Amino acid sequence: MDLFEAIFWFLTAMAIGSALGVILSRNPINSVLFLIATFFAISGHYILMNAQFLAIVNIIVYAGAIMVLFLFVIMLMNLNADVEPQKSRLVQFAGIISGGILFLLILAALRDMKAAGVIEKTATDIGLMKNLGKTLFQNYVFPFEISSVLFLSAMIGAMVIGKKETLVIDKN
Amino acid sequence: MNTLMLAVEQSTPINYLPVVLQLLVAIGFVIFMVGVTHLLGPKRKTADKLINFESGIPQVGNARQPMAIKYFLVAILFVLFDVEVIFFYPYAINFKELGTEGFMAVLMFVAFFLCGFIYIIKKGALEWEE
Amino acid sequence: MNQLLEISFSSLASSIHSWLSSAIANATILNVVEMAIAGVCLLVFLVPLCFVLGYMERKVAAFMQLRLGPNRVGPKGTLQIVADTVKLIFKEGLTPNASDKFLFNLAPIIVVVVSMLVMAPIAFAKNFQLWDLNIGVLYVTSISSIAVIGILMAGWSSYNKYSLLGAMRSGAQIVSYELSVGLSIISIVIMTGSLKISDIVMSQADGWWIFKGHLPIFISFVIFVIASTAEINRAPFDLSEAEQELTGGFHTEYSGMKFAMFLLAEYINLFVVSAMAATLFLGGWMPFHIGHWEAFNHIMDFIPSSLWFLGKTFAIIFIIMQFRWTFPRLRVDQLLNLEWKYLLPISMVNIILVTIMAIMGWYL
Repeated sequence: MDLFEAIFWFLTAMAIGSALGVILSRNPINSVLFLIATFFAISGHYILMNAQFLAIVNIIVYAGAIMVLFLFVIMLMNLNADVEPQKSRLVQFAGIISGGILFLLILAALRDMKAAGVIEKTATDIGLMKNLGKTLFQNYVFPFEISSVLFLSAMIGAMVIGKKETLVIDKN
Repeated sequence: MNTLMLAVEQSTPINYLPVVLQLLVAIGFVIFMVGVTHLLGPKRKTADKLINFESGIPQVGNARQPMAIKYFLVAILFVLFDVEVIFFYPYAINFKELGTEGFMAVLMFVAFFLCGFIYIIKKGALEWEE
Repeated sequence: MNQLLEISFSSLASSIHSWLSSAIANATILNVVEMAIAGVCLLVFLVPLCFVLGYMERKVAAFMQLRLGPNRVGPKGTLQIVADTVKLIFKEGLTPNASDKFLFNLAPIIVVVVSMLVMAPIAFAKNFQLWDLNIGVLYVTSISSIAVIGILMAGWSSYNKYSLLGAMRSGAQIVSYELSVGLSIISIVIMTGSLKISDIVMSQADGWWIFKGHLPIFISFVIFVIASTAEINRAPFDLSEAEQELTGGFHTEYSGMKFAMFLLAEYINLFVVSAMAATLFLGGWMPFHIGHWEAFNHIMDFIPSSLWFLGKTFAIIFIIMQFRWTFPRLRVDQLLNLEWKYLLPISMVNIILVTIMAIMGWYL
């Protein structure tokens, strides 16, 4: 278990370090790349917990798909170094306050977690794909179907935002 | 199975150790190759050589130009459909045990997606020429 | 007799294993050493592979256009690609002043590392596989989906309009076609019920899926080949690097070895994609058998499994290479139409057909 512990701490340091990099780097592209590194670290944690499907899906969906979307969005905007908007003091202050409150909230929630004592240290078989699929399609069929409705609404939302109804003006 | 790594049992975290080593070997290889060319290649850098290529003319404007929103639409649709594809994997492994009920669930799931798909096509999101 | 002909990798692997286990006592260190050997072996395999593919690419191009192709350096021009590699090593690697220097140098590394990682679970021959992961196919899809980030990074960091446009086009193209590739893979996963590469190969012992899977599997095979040609940015889907309008696409600014890295990644990806097609649909290293023709099957068994695998893989590589000289390049709107209006709906319906077929047991 010595090796596992070393890998665990390495991944933890990587996750926290690159998460800090996301916030601290000024260049949005660098932020996205740090975020990808964070996702890889988290996938590593999933693998340590033997949740293979989750680890792979985390890479495909987050690091592969959503990050590509982020990169596209960043490239979509006009990103010149000289047009970086300077945020006002008030906004910064509000950000610090709300972030601090969220941090406190998470801290409080985590303390309750510890009291419950449900942390499992050894790897189990729950996260293996076979078992996961069975659970998903037997016990959670309804949420699964609901998720497809969610996707439908997301598609419609994307259409509404992305596809502006263009006025056809007769040039003649 | 009966590969070079015989001792380990399947589906435990230790199975993923090869990928780490593979990663290290691959990174080492690439850095070695780029490093070798850095050492062996000539280093005569001039200001003209290091400007960006623009078919022989001086650079016009700025390369950070906003892109067409269609790329963004493709990316967002990709995310949605990718999740759909992912949901197929656990089903594909288990479909024999799940039987008709599971099949119906998947069929309904696909039907919802096809509805959305038809909507997208009808809306003309994927028409590139206006 | 059969054993004699199988001088293949499996006996080599087991003899190395027994030799190492006598030399090293600690099991963990033994494993690590073996995996390191495996990784280095893969590297040793990769470089000649890329030479072969580079040579083959030129010869196929020449063959399709009634030219001679490289024929000066070495016998029949075989050393041309080695000479080119040596030339590339001695070239100056430029980093444009305006570029984001760190990302510019990181991008080729990511692209090559990703394509090398994907090689790991491929079964090259009977009992010879570097890493038989129990989610093998899913691993291949997931890691190959990272490559697009390297490409976008290369295009963006170059600070060049051509690069950026090329990267955006490649990005949109790769992510779109990834969906069809995924769905074609799932059709085989449904047939076999396993994601493990070795299970998928073993399930084809009595016939390759392309034969016993009837029309739906054949459709997914065709879709797989088309979509993966697009996913690895090869002609006729290579509009990310359409010379006439975009010069070099996302690697316009790259030179020397960094450029060669993109080329290397392209060839590795070509091999991986063809190997996956051969494994999923054409039976991997399984020899070709016909029903009860025992004599014929016996003759087929004499051919080593590694030859079977490489033969199938190179047949598909040849098909993909000759696409380049057969079809004109698509426009970006045609490209996205092909995926979103034809391949994706067809593969979605096809998946349902395959599922029905598998539930009903309508296959051999």
